[in-house]
Amino acid sequence: MTRAASRPGLLFSGSDWNFATLSHAYDVIEAVAKEELGLDIYPVQMEVISSEQMLDAYSSIGMPLMYRHWSFGKHFLHHELLYRKGGRGLAYEIVINSDPCIVYLMEENTMALQALVTAHAALGHNHFFKNNYLFRQWTDADAILGYLDFAKSYISRCEEKHGVAAVEAVLDAAHALMDQGVFRYRRPPRLSSEKQREGLRERLEYEERSYNDLWRTLPRQADGAKAAAENADLIAERKKALNLPEENLLYFLEKTSLILEPWQREILRIVRVIAQYFYPQRQTQVMNEGCATFVHYTVMNALFDRGRIGEGAMLEILRSHSNVVFQPGFDDPRFSGINPYALGLDMMQDIRRIVTEPTAEDRDWFPEIAGSGDWRTVLLDAWANHRDESFIRQYLSPALIRKWRLFVLSDAANESFYSVASIHNERGYERIRSTLAQRYDIGANHTDIQVVDVDLLGQRHLRLQHKVRDGIVLDSGSCDATLRHVQRLWGYEVSLQGVDAQTGSTIYERSSSGLTE
Amino acid sequence: MPIFIDRRLNPKDKSLGNRQRFLHRVRAELKRSVQEQIRAGKIADADGEHSVSLPAKGTSEPSFRDARDSGRRQHVLPGNKHFSPGDKMPKPGQGGGGAGSSPGLKESEDDFRFVLSREEVLDLFFEDLELPDMVKLNLKEILAFKSRRAGFSASGSPTNISVARTMRNSLGRRIALQRPKRAEVEAILAELARIEAEGTEPARARAAALRAELERLERRRKVIAFVDPVDIRFNRFDAQPLPNAKAVMFCLMDVSGSMGEREKDLAKRFFVLLHLFLKRRYDRTDIVFIRHTHTAQEVDEETFFYSTQSGGTVVSTALEEMQSIIAKRYPSREWNIYAAQASDGDNLASDSERCLGMLDSEIMRLCQYFAYVEIIDERESEIFGSTDNGTSLWRSYLAVKERWPNFDMSRIARAADIYPVFRQLFTRQPAQQRSLGRRR
Repeated sequence: MTRAASRPGLLFSGSDWNFATLSHAYDVIEAVAKEELGLDIYPVQMEVISSEQMLDAYSSIGMPLMYRHWSFGKHFLHHELLYRKGGRGLAYEIVINSDPCIVYLMEENTMALQALVTAHAALGHNHFFKNNYLFRQWTDADAILGYLDFAKSYISRCEEKHGVAAVEAVLDAAHALMDQGVFRYRRPPRLSSEKQREGLRERLEYEERSYNDLWRTLPRQADGAKAAAENADLIAERKKALNLPEENLLYFLEKTSLILEPWQREILRIVRVIAQYFYPQRQTQVMNEGCATFVHYTVMNALFDRGRIGEGAMLEILRSHSNVVFQPGFDDPRFSGINPYALGLDMMQDIRRIVTEPTAEDRDWFPEIAGSGDWRTVLLDAWANHRDESFIRQYLSPALIRKWRLFVLSDAANESFYSVASIHNERGYERIRSTLAQRYDIGANHTDIQVVDVDLLGQRHLRLQHKVRDGIVLDSGSCDATLRHVQRLWGYEVSLQGVDAQTGSTIYERSSSGLTE
Repeated sequence: MPIFIDRRLNPKDKSLGNRQRFLHRVRAELKRSVQEQIRAGKIADADGEHSVSLPAKGTSEPSFRDARDSGRRQHVLPGNKHFSPGDKMPKPGQGGGGAGSSPGLKESEDDFRFVLSREEVLDLFFEDLELPDMVKLNLKEILAFKSRRAGFSASGSPTNISVARTMRNSLGRRIALQRPKRAEVEAILAELARIEAEGTEPARARAAALRAELERLERRRKVIAFVDPVDIRFNRFDAQPLPNAKAVMFCLMDVSGSMGEREKDLAKRFFVLLHLFLKRRYDRTDIVFIRHTHTAQEVDEETFFYSTQSGGTVVSTALEEMQSIIAKRYPSREWNIYAAQASDGDNLASDSERCLGMLDSEIMRLCQYFAYVEIIDERESEIFGSTDNGTSLWRSYLAVKERWPNFDMSRIARAADIYPVFRQLFTRQPAQQRSLGRRR
């Protein structure tokens, strides 16, 4: 059967795969992708894993190496349950933003799927990781695996030295603040090289070894007036040094907290670095998936046109493809938000249409690109220089809004009804586009909590401020629990004040001192 | 050309450490859940995997997140059918109040269920029974296997290569493919040396022919290997389970009104433990439930634990019933018979003597082990402690205990008391093992 179906020129036939076919398929797909789309990629490392290993990877947020923590165990059980029940299939692949780019392939995939996944992840995502400005500026593709390796061994050494419970307490608290452990507005410092970290650790160890309690007993100079003047200077100097307000709570606690041991600071730093690493990914969901989907769709069709993929395999590929880009309407029971794969692919195909066959409306809306003829350059440029928010703001066309029949629904908590604000008509396009772009702007949607004041020389009261936008306050139970975690790391009273972003008036105030443990 | 790495053979259970940490964290909750299941479930089911459910709140991971029921939001949704700007629609599932979930944004963290392995279940179950670790290990031990020779196989580890069999295959193949022997080659070489020494014209022609022949042989020897990978055979070993005999366990319980929920629960734990023990030692274990008031009958597990009967208490009826079942279904030649009796000690005054007689004359000869537990009130436990006085049944059984080494009795007031009965059982283990061997 397999033999009968195989024709010369076909990359593969039948559903079985082996490493020779995989490798050959990769070479052809890479050549086609470079030729058709002009992609620029990191070298690829493909790893074949079983479904159980895929579940493992799920629970450690997709990374091949991760330190141990109970929450990962919980996620594993959760995913395993969904998978065993058949409630959810597993991803066909996982791709890691590193150099070389690591792609995990599931062993259960058929050869057709492996080809699809190769085009999707090894080329599409890979190109995006290498070229998009966010990834280029904010993450360090060649250092991440080394860093995770360091993190894993460091934390397990801490567990040996200080006990699992002590390490777990710090990690729990750090995980609670993970969303507030990211630099949004300034570039994070590069990961220090292994050597520097080694040096730092050695110095800490030396200090621990050479600590002598005698020094503490030396009499201090006590001289009233002189000390007061020095104190005033010190306060000013310290406040300046603290660089307040500070948006990155984990960074602030790591550097400033008075009660943390050096190893606890290092753990906070590890959690913070990992959070920062994932920050660009969260800002480029639509683009990243859109780019990968566009690439696999284009490449697979090109291969089919050249007679390198058989009809049967192509049907299987198309079936998986259409499952991935399925977007039900808002009233469909299967609806669970906008599918980033679908939106990304549709926008990119729409750009191609605008560039090659523009309508009068497109010329009106996109004068720079409409009819310019070279869709590859436009797409490569978009992939390199946008994130979701700016991409949608720039390229969501009226034609696509009509195709998706998008509309804006206003939802105010104090009203008993939703109201339709805009629909896909002439008056609504702008509003829909900017609202959708706003939804993808993490900076605007993210809970904005900053350290505003700390009285280091007095009661050491740490003040946090939450800028309340559109009246959206915090979930009180979760907020109190998180405040307790902050207090655990800070050691003294912590209070959180909710301030309206527009008017500046105080909406609520919570303090850790009133909470029972 | 990408690099390929096959990770499928990497060690599994990468997240086992995470799982253990998680189980440790939710230990109290899990314990409650497992105890409840064992209490409600069948005795035989205690020994297996259990699916437990946990409320999500115990394991929540807090963070600063937005409250769903506050503020003003704008949603962009696809698939508009007939809405125009300004249309209003009521929020679902409420009567005009403030709160309402946004469309398409469901709370994702429900209670979730997952499966605990047999070991994990037993760990939790044993926790307050205060079993020593050695016993726990004994109970949790999986059936022992012994590897036995089982012919040859074409794959295996280098240490298991069967040289004799490999060489036999090699020889057969060499003969079949007519691999030139070393002797042939040497004969030609000798011949060649001899002819070359002669140095005559016909000898030179003959030498050329011989050299061609020699080259052909050498090539053939090279192509047909002496030992080819296809020849190699390995000794094969099969893991064979050690043979085990069959056992039957009789659960006898007084179900008259005086046995309440607490008494039954303690009795059940005792039965579960005994069953676990038997199940580990024997391939096949049957359980027979006999309940009695002033009459006895064999019932199913459900009825045994959950229905009460009214009536007096005559223990000997249960022993009679047991005797007749043994005679009918479990000939003592084939079965190891264990019995566990639970009661609160009440018995008709004249009946205790009769029990003593029955045990003495017949039953104790058939049984491997007979355990009697008397379930008493926690307050009584201080009074009765270890004194020899007690109910009439207790006193009669004391007499049995003196005569029969395989009879044990104990008073149980708390879950923690269950173990001592077992300690006695386990300390006599070597002697029992010998008798088991004989019976088989």
